[in-house]
Amino acid sequence: MASALHQIVHQSVTIPATLPLDSGQSLPSVTIAWQSYGALNADRSNAVLLCHALTGDQYVASDHPATGKPGWWARMVGPGKPIDTDRFHVICANVLGSCMGSSGPATPDPVTGAPLGMAFPVITIGDMVRAQAMLLDHLGIARLHAVVGGSMGGMQTLAWAANYPQRLERALVIASAARHSAQNIAFHEVGRQAIMADPDWQDGQYYGSARAPTKGLAVARMAAHITYLSEAGLTEKFGRRLQARDIKSFGFDADFQIESYLRHQGLAFTDRFDANAYLYITRAMDYFDLADPHDGRLAGAFAGAKEVRFTLVSFDTDWLYPTAESRRIVQALQSVGAAASFVELSAPYGHDSFLLDVPALDRLVAGALGSGF
Amino acid sequence: MALRPDLAIIADAVPSSARVLDVGCGDGELMEALRAKGVDARGLEIDPANVTAAIARGQSVVQGDANRDLADYPGDAFDYAILSQTLQTTERPDLVVDELLRIAPRAFVSFPNFAHWRVRLSLLWTGRMPMTRLLPVAWYETPNIHHVTVSDFRDLVRTKGIKVERVWHLSGDKPASDAAASWRAEHAIFLISRAS
Repeated sequence: MASALHQIVHQSVTIPATLPLDSGQSLPSVTIAWQSYGALNADRSNAVLLCHALTGDQYVASDHPATGKPGWWARMVGPGKPIDTDRFHVICANVLGSCMGSSGPATPDPVTGAPLGMAFPVITIGDMVRAQAMLLDHLGIARLHAVVGGSMGGMQTLAWAANYPQRLERALVIASAARHSAQNIAFHEVGRQAIMADPDWQDGQYYGSARAPTKGLAVARMAAHITYLSEAGLTEKFGRRLQARDIKSFGFDADFQIESYLRHQGLAFTDRFDANAYLYITRAMDYFDLADPHDGRLAGAFAGAKEVRFTLVSFDTDWLYPTAESRRIVQALQSVGAAASFVELSAPYGHDSFLLDVPALDRLVAGALGSGF
Repeated sequence: MALRPDLAIIADAVPSSARVLDVGCGDGELMEALRAKGVDARGLEIDPANVTAAIARGQSVVQGDANRDLADYPGDAFDYAILSQTLQTTERPDLVVDELLRIAPRAFVSFPNFAHWRVRLSLLWTGRMPMTRLLPVAWYETPNIHHVTVSDFRDLVRTKGIKVERVWHLSGDKPASDAAASWRAEHAIFLISRAS
């Protein structure tokens, strides 16, 4: 369904400046799609940049243009909500490499006009952040009240603090890490292989054809979705219950509710996401290691970020980005003397807790942004 | 709400614009008073509900355990470290004191005095572990695993060559005289500094 997905018109800007990439390549110009909520104040000091996760998008608090579902953080962002759009001008940009209007593998080749596919250069979290900085320059916002993100959004937030410390006052990093672990990379590789093993993938040049690697992308999503949940959460929600039947079929239908649920999640995902974008963004996450340019010393990444106020939150059931990864960041921040807050919240939903109803998170987010809730 | 008397004394004694780490900061009550006077106050607290409450108040607090996580702070990261009513709950109070004076040249340490006359009498007459206003929990569930007296603490810092800059004794939330403090102080606040 990639073609339908790419018919959607997004609010975007094409910035006619070269975007240098960490790989050494560059993009001659960059298109960035974004949404904003709440008014920018006169001295342009109330902007909050939200960074979305792997399969997120800029439709934070508005209905998704492909699915019609409410925005992914509508419970957190809005008038009177923890990220209060009566106070803050909230900006969220579709990340570089994604499929909701920003430059990515579906972007046409400037010469041939055909989608770039795998000719799109491999990008990094740092590149995503560089593109966001270009958008903010375009919008005339020199300094942010805060950068906020969960999961991959947290990685971007950390990269903001490391690469542009003078441009943000606060950083709020939820359920994230300063590097991708071997386990994180392993799960992503399973997803990528599922996509690339789908004959409809066609080496990434499926955009003009009637076929798209929806099966591969659905399997990738199924595998990833398991990592976003907790074992206890799955047991509570599904257990070993059978799906719409009383007895086992002794076949390979979706006998169990969890199978049916995952199949549905996988298939539904293909309506709103592009397989190549999934390849590129998971790769960007795998390459992420903030300590890498500093001889493995994470504190080196934050040497210039002493004035940024950090808040880090982890969840006790999140085994994808476990508490130890947040603690590692806190230790690095403490060693450079940055003001850091950290708490591990208890929530049953695994990694996905940051998107779900966790009242303590609401209070933390409001407090971290400097407003009571 | 008025600050607890020992916290009020500490808040008053910390100079504004100092950098302070409040170890066992609870929900950030003291930090709030400190920040109101311009102190750069940060906290370490073990209970996640307290940490959440403190962050929600806009404080910088890290969830952690004074027994282990003080090691993450570099030396001289702060001007003052504060350990209020927490020393007696730590696994090794002597090592915690060492850590406090590693991360800051000065530290406030306050604790309930186990040699207060009520505690002594209670133990003497009933033969049971005392339960008092400041030690209200039964022996089997109290977090206070290292009861300490004013004299014990003085011995400890003397052994370590740590300097006592100032001591406040409190009884019934009011200042108690230093005379016979070992009997008469319900709790004590020490301002200690590194051996020069």
